[in-house]
Amino acid sequence: MTLTVTRGARGTHAVRPPASTNARARRRLAFVATHAVAIALALMFLAPLVFVALTALMTDEQALTSRLWPDSWNWSNFAEVFAKSDMLGWTLNTFLYAGLGTLFTLVSSVPVAYALARFRFRGRRPAFLLVITMMMLPPQVVAVPVYILWARFDLTGTLWPLILPMLLGDAFSIFLLRQFLITIPREYTEAARVDGCGDFKTLVRVILPMARPGIAAVALFQFFYCWNDYYGPLLYAQTNEHAWTLSLGLASFKAFHSVQWNLTMAATLLVTAPVIIVFFLAQRVFIEGVTLTGVKG
Amino acid sequence: MASHVHAAPSRRRRSEGLRALAWLSPWLAGFAIFFAYPLASTVYFSFHRYDLFTLEFAGLDNYRYLLRDERVWLSARNTLWLVVFMVPAQVVFALALAQLVTRLKAGVGLFRTVFYLPSLVPMVAGTVAFVFLMNPATGPWNQLLALAGVSGPDWFGDPAWAKPSLTLLAMWGVGNLMVIFLAALLDVPKQLYEAAALDGAGPWRQFRSVTLPMISPVLMFSAITGVIYALQYFTQAMIASRVASGATDSPGSSFVPGYPDGALLTLPQHLFHAGFRDWSMGYASVLALLLFATSMVFTLILLRQFRRAEELA
Repeated sequence: MTLTVTRGARGTHAVRPPASTNARARRRLAFVATHAVAIALALMFLAPLVFVALTALMTDEQALTSRLWPDSWNWSNFAEVFAKSDMLGWTLNTFLYAGLGTLFTLVSSVPVAYALARFRFRGRRPAFLLVITMMMLPPQVVAVPVYILWARFDLTGTLWPLILPMLLGDAFSIFLLRQFLITIPREYTEAARVDGCGDFKTLVRVILPMARPGIAAVALFQFFYCWNDYYGPLLYAQTNEHAWTLSLGLASFKAFHSVQWNLTMAATLLVTAPVIIVFFLAQRVFIEGVTLTGVKG
Repeated sequence: MASHVHAAPSRRRRSEGLRALAWLSPWLAGFAIFFAYPLASTVYFSFHRYDLFTLEFAGLDNYRYLLRDERVWLSARNTLWLVVFMVPAQVVFALALAQLVTRLKAGVGLFRTVFYLPSLVPMVAGTVAFVFLMNPATGPWNQLLALAGVSGPDWFGDPAWAKPSLTLLAMWGVGNLMVIFLAALLDVPKQLYEAAALDGAGPWRQFRSVTLPMISPVLMFSAITGVIYALQYFTQAMIASRVASGATDSPGSSFVPGYPDGALLTLPQHLFHAGFRDWSMGYASVLALLLFATSMVFTLILLRQFRRAEELA
């Protein structure tokens, strides 16, 4: 309130036509209106997470009532999720899938993106269009023969049919890396060539250090993709509970603990929390990466 | 001498082609093993009956069944609904959010993070959460509606409301799209708005005559990819059906995707069920080819759009 008064007082000193005070009032109104809308929307965006958290802390009896605020705070629900389900095993399997999957994807996709971004050859454009096409086509299109292939190797019922193909490159990661690598000025790679570096040395000594922010971003996306993947584990691992990931476990959680919404919501939070935490940790890494490229570029 | 100068780059180019081939070869091998060959065998299986044990020639039987299969038409109608309502709802809402963020003066970073955060929530977790929040008996959503004097429907249990419920979920997770639009909006040169304002254009006119044309390539991309993702819609629908109906999905269980009453059935789910729950691999192959054809049409549109955008740049 004081702030507005000072501003108004300062305005009277300046020689301005009355229209400008009018415009300022309108601007102030717009400021209040847009921020009010933003606050309302922000509350709506946060509300689902808040209600999930509140329910996760209720007793199972209360979770079946219409009282929205927990009568008592049952932090032990989270421990109970681990005790009553194989949450630990699901988490380990998810880390296996996401960790190895991300590692394999990076090792296999960086060289491909490097070739697409740096080499001049006929077929470079069709190859890139092929990458985009592979990125857009759903995995279900070739699911039948690929499943039969893995069944022949007796690997259905495990997560390996999802992890092993990542050794041969992932279209989305190649696309993103390529988009990042073409922004690295050619002079750097040309200079390395003049210094007598071969393709491999150029990649390791010049490209990799400069592409670190891009690689970090792709690693994060791939890790999240594997962490969230439901279709892949459903296809290959549903029949073997020892190979279940968090997605599979959470999808079946309600069916096995049917009246316990509180535990289901606690499990939901447990599956969500790591992703949110990683995001907040990595946000800074990203900003630093972007600043670094800004200085170098 | 001159010919030598000319020869050098072309020879270098040829050797560069071979080197590129070497670098690309792992991915090309992956393409052959995990796409080209399986696509060819999908065509082969589509003319056969196959349940992982016995393989017999079936001629056009699978294709004939496709035309009679009501669940194919049902999933086509559901997908059309998603394309007509869910995709535009996401695009418009994301654009409105991005516009709002550009107009904010205080707490921009905070609001942006809050709007972005739900898109990080794993799909399974988000869907399970929404089925709970919107359950008719004790869900907070209907209780809040009741405070406003509205008696909410049985969201995920009512065939008429199941797809709108998933649309709300999709709008909640629209953060990625918002960030893309935000970057596009910030790229629009300020001078264009100033010039338009000098010509007496109000906010709405500025949006129509400056903003929309400037960001139309980005809008186009997101609309097309939105349609492609709608064609592939699987996880959220599958989870919503399973959790809302209380059924487990494992081979041999009686769960049929699409609950309630087929309202959430999509082609990828129908394919999954036919192939890996009923083990009708031949018929699943026909459905896979149908999915391939429709996805390919929109992918080609996307590629054309991509080329056009590169020409403009």
